[in-house]
Amino acid sequence: MIQAPPAAPALTVHLNEHVYDKGGRPVHALGEIDIALAPGEFFSVIGPSGCGKSTLLEIAGGLQKATSGTVTFEGKPVAGEVPDGVGIVFQEDASFPWLTVRNNIAFGLRRHGIDAAEIEKRVDYALDFMRLGDFADHHPPQLSGGMRQRVCIARTLVLRPRLILLDEPFAALDQQTRLMMGEELLRLWRSTNATVLLITHGLDEAAMLSDRIGVMSARPGHFVETLVTGWPRDRDSRVVSEPHFGELTAAMWTHLRAESMRSAPDASGATADA
Amino acid sequence: MNLVTTLRIAVIAGAALLVELLCRLNVITPFTMTSPSNTFVNLVHLLASGKPWPDLTFTLVNTLAAILVSVVVGFVLGVLIQRIPRLRRVVSPLLAAYYAVPTFVFYPLMIVLLGLNRLSLIAIGVTLGLIGMIVSTIDGMDRIPRVFLKTAATYRMSPVARTFLVALPAATPHLITGIKLAVTYSITGVIAGEFILSVAGLGRGIAVAYNDLDNKTMYALLALLLTSVTVVNVGIHEWERRVYARWGLR
Repeated sequence: MIQAPPAAPALTVHLNEHVYDKGGRPVHALGEIDIALAPGEFFSVIGPSGCGKSTLLEIAGGLQKATSGTVTFEGKPVAGEVPDGVGIVFQEDASFPWLTVRNNIAFGLRRHGIDAAEIEKRVDYALDFMRLGDFADHHPPQLSGGMRQRVCIARTLVLRPRLILLDEPFAALDQQTRLMMGEELLRLWRSTNATVLLITHGLDEAAMLSDRIGVMSARPGHFVETLVTGWPRDRDSRVVSEPHFGELTAAMWTHLRAESMRSAPDASGATADA
Repeated sequence: MNLVTTLRIAVIAGAALLVELLCRLNVITPFTMTSPSNTFVNLVHLLASGKPWPDLTFTLVNTLAAILVSVVVGFVLGVLIQRIPRLRRVVSPLLAAYYAVPTFVFYPLMIVLLGLNRLSLIAIGVTLGLIGMIVSTIDGMDRIPRVFLKTAATYRMSPVARTFLVALPAATPHLITGIKLAVTYSITGVIAGEFILSVAGLGRGIAVAYNDLDNKTMYALLALLLTSVTVVNVGIHEWERRVYARWGLR
């Protein structure tokens, strides 16, 4: 069990297991999971491909129901739908191509029945915060991949979520853009005081952004280690030059390498050493 | 105007000029065909006389009704079929084989069932236009990125809101294809129905002129019909081009 932080948790996930059906064959996606995120905490999850990270996020957000176990957000059970106060950013580009950037960002607000003046205020703030002001009247296909992902983050930001779930949001971006987007995310996290659960493949991303990092095993995924980064809240991408950054990534890689090899027993030595 | 468009117009203009030349050289006799320039003059006179307007209105109303029914009913049925797997398994082979059946042979049946009036014409237009819309709707709904539906779920949208605010716009490029098919087939159905048996309409006007050996009227009405259909198709093509450009698909 991963030790719970001292404050009353914003999010708890206690699963015995999660099994889904794939063509009549049961797949054990997740094993025993027991995590608790403190309010305002930035928690990242890393693990080998196919270990169930995204499934864990969807269960935490109410997009999927766990086979066995409970999820709570601010003490209330998450049951069958995404709770109010939870925002989710996906790995894939989820910006709506038929709407302008401004209307994409306002989309969720309009669904929540917020009045027009307040919508305009929040959208203007988000456009400014995510540096999208010059592109407010563009359509997403006219933007780069990084800008489209910023639109999706802005669309979540305007709803002022207290819990932000991010499923590999920068996976499709180049390394330089990922670092810059990481800084944007930290800025967002600090300004909103939201709790963040980030699913990522990037060891550097997890090491730079997180307060704690949960390392998952191969499928059925469960946590094999939790690392506390110890970074100050006002950190930015410059932490990559700290010796501790290297120690964190090395510690993560030690676990991941073992899990990756375990999940691919037939892999050649070259793959295992990669 | 880009080079392709210019060349396309040049090909059409060249064909018209060739026919004009062949008519003037009497290679094509006036008994067979009036020259394009004469057809244009005859059309202007015909329109000025006011004679074709009732037929044109009759055809336009029937065609619009057939298109509207095809698009709306086709969309609703397409969504239902896509959402109900068992229904889809039942009707998929029928939809796939539909255009292999010469459905126009049912026009006499429509007349028997609905009478010799605009209803039977609308019905045959719908019979031809509906299936393309259904198939395109199913295809479009199948191809909606899953992440859009997950995004809709994060906003706790109702099924109706999800359909109209996310699924429908997300499927737009495919729905345009369905609308194009519905328009094309509905026009074909209505005009062909009028041509065979009808109390009024542009198709009937052409048929009457043909039977009376009235080439001037027949070619003028054909020109009117072709021009109208071309304008509609160019309009839809332009709409499609704008949507695709906005989506970054072309």
